[in-house]
Amino acid sequence: MIETIALCKNFGDLEVLRGITETVRNGEVISVIGPSGSGKSTFLRCLNLLESPTSGTVVFDGVSLTDRGVDLNLHRQKMGMVFQHFNVFPHLTVLQNITLAPVLLKKRSRPDAEAYARELLARVGLSDKAQEHPRRLSGGQKQRLAIVRALAMDPEVMLFDEPTSALDPEMVGEVLQVIKNLVLQGMTCVIVTHEMGFAREVSSRVLFMDEGRIEEQGSPEELFDRPRSPRTQAFLSKVLR
Amino acid sequence: MFDNFGPNIARVLEKYWGLFLQGAGYTLLLSFITVFFGTILGSALALMRRSRFKPANALATGYVELMRGTPLLLQLYFFYFMLPELLPLLNLSKFACVSIALVFNSAAYVCEIVRAGIQAVDPGQTEAARTLGLSARQAMTRIVLPQAVKNILPALGNEFVTVIKETSLASTFFVGDLMTQYSTVRGTMFLVLEPLVVVGVIYFLLTFFLSKLVNSLERRMKASD
Ligand SMILES: Nc1ncnc2c1ncn2[C@@H]1O[C@H](COP(=O)(O)OP(=O)(O)O)[C@@H](O)[C@H]1O
Ligand SMILES: [Mg+2]
Repeated sequence: MIETIALCKNFGDLEVLRGITETVRNGEVISVIGPSGSGKSTFLRCLNLLESPTSGTVVFDGVSLTDRGVDLNLHRQKMGMVFQHFNVFPHLTVLQNITLAPVLLKKRSRPDAEAYARELLARVGLSDKAQEHPRRLSGGQKQRLAIVRALAMDPEVMLFDEPTSALDPEMVGEVLQVIKNLVLQGMTCVIVTHEMGFAREVSSRVLFMDEGRIEEQGSPEELFDRPRSPRTQAFLSKVLR
Repeated sequence: MFDNFGPNIARVLEKYWGLFLQGAGYTLLLSFITVFFGTILGSALALMRRSRFKPANALATGYVELMRGTPLLLQLYFFYFMLPELLPLLNLSKFACVSIALVFNSAAYVCEIVRAGIQAVDPGQTEAARTLGLSARQAMTRIVLPQAVKNILPALGNEFVTVIKETSLASTFFVGDLMTQYSTVRGTMFLVLEPLVVVGVIYFLLTFFLSKLVNSLERRMKASD
């Protein structure tokens, strides 16, 4: 579904991604772990070209997104993204946050979009918040809203960049549960996370990134229980303790 | 000089209150014209400064630097004497020439206000909009600008307060503003201090209450997000 070929990204002199060739297949749930600064976010943001790669190719549904003249906006509609800091729209109500893009881009009628939004809100336990402004929501609620906002576009894949890192501990569970439910429904996901227990539980594959490369990858059992690379071992021994 | 200060103030007010009122009216009108058209021109400049089209960007940047780097009084002289030369057919009045100078000056400052207001919106907002599939333009008009307005409006209010004071320079050309009326009264009553105090108090009252208004507007906007 998404394929990167020799993906490189530099920020000035800093080589953040050093040649990543990787494929995300339909229905896969991929967790990306690794030390901070290893390029996980940059890798994720290259998948929908929020960062444009310095070199290399990103192919989505057979279309090379890195080619000139590709309608990125159209392809981005099919890739939902959830950020560490939620980035919900503070000037819109919860419902407007969700319906904005479907009405504007998919030409859905407002009643249709709202009905769908309410259905999605019910699934994440936010039914009673539809008319609120986001400033009245807790962090966990904002993140659930951000997920629903992405889902309202019926994406083929969801990209999560540390979706629980900015949350108070007591709210982490509710957001992870929402992601778990998505996974159970068969959504293709790429999740950058520091929640190792969660990664082990939901992932079909885990990528360990270090210094801009994918140092090691495998099933959760392989990677967490029998890591081969010394770097992976060192990292896991620090975070799992 | 301070002999009869109180009685003189009373005399000045009694005789010329109408003139001062008219002057205050002109000052406010001039300030309003300046900020209103300055906002339109300034927003256009801000757009140019954000554009990827290099010449537009360079032109706007140069313009802003020039207007902010030279004295307003000099610009007033320039427009006052050059505009009728350049556009003789328009038959511009003194008031129009001075207004245009003030507008062109204020636009440079408004440009920076608009730019700063847009930049103050979290870049994560644009990113979230773009990942949903919105174009750069849609993200700007639907997501960024509505939030930037909350930063821009109070700053424009402050610009208005600043402009009220700056329009006093326009009195150099006797356009009827508050400071012009001061000169008139000084000349006819042979009093320097008393009309100055009266005019000063009027300026202060105008700016003081407008500032208060801007502050409360600002607080209301902060509270709503
Ligand atoms: N926009 C940027 N400009 C400059 N450097 C950046 C930018 N984004 C990320 N970096 C740098 O790239 C490196 C990798 O960042 P990131 O992908 O966010 O790592 P991770 O998500 O694994 O913590 C870091 O050293 C970071 O400082
Ligand atoms: Mg990161």
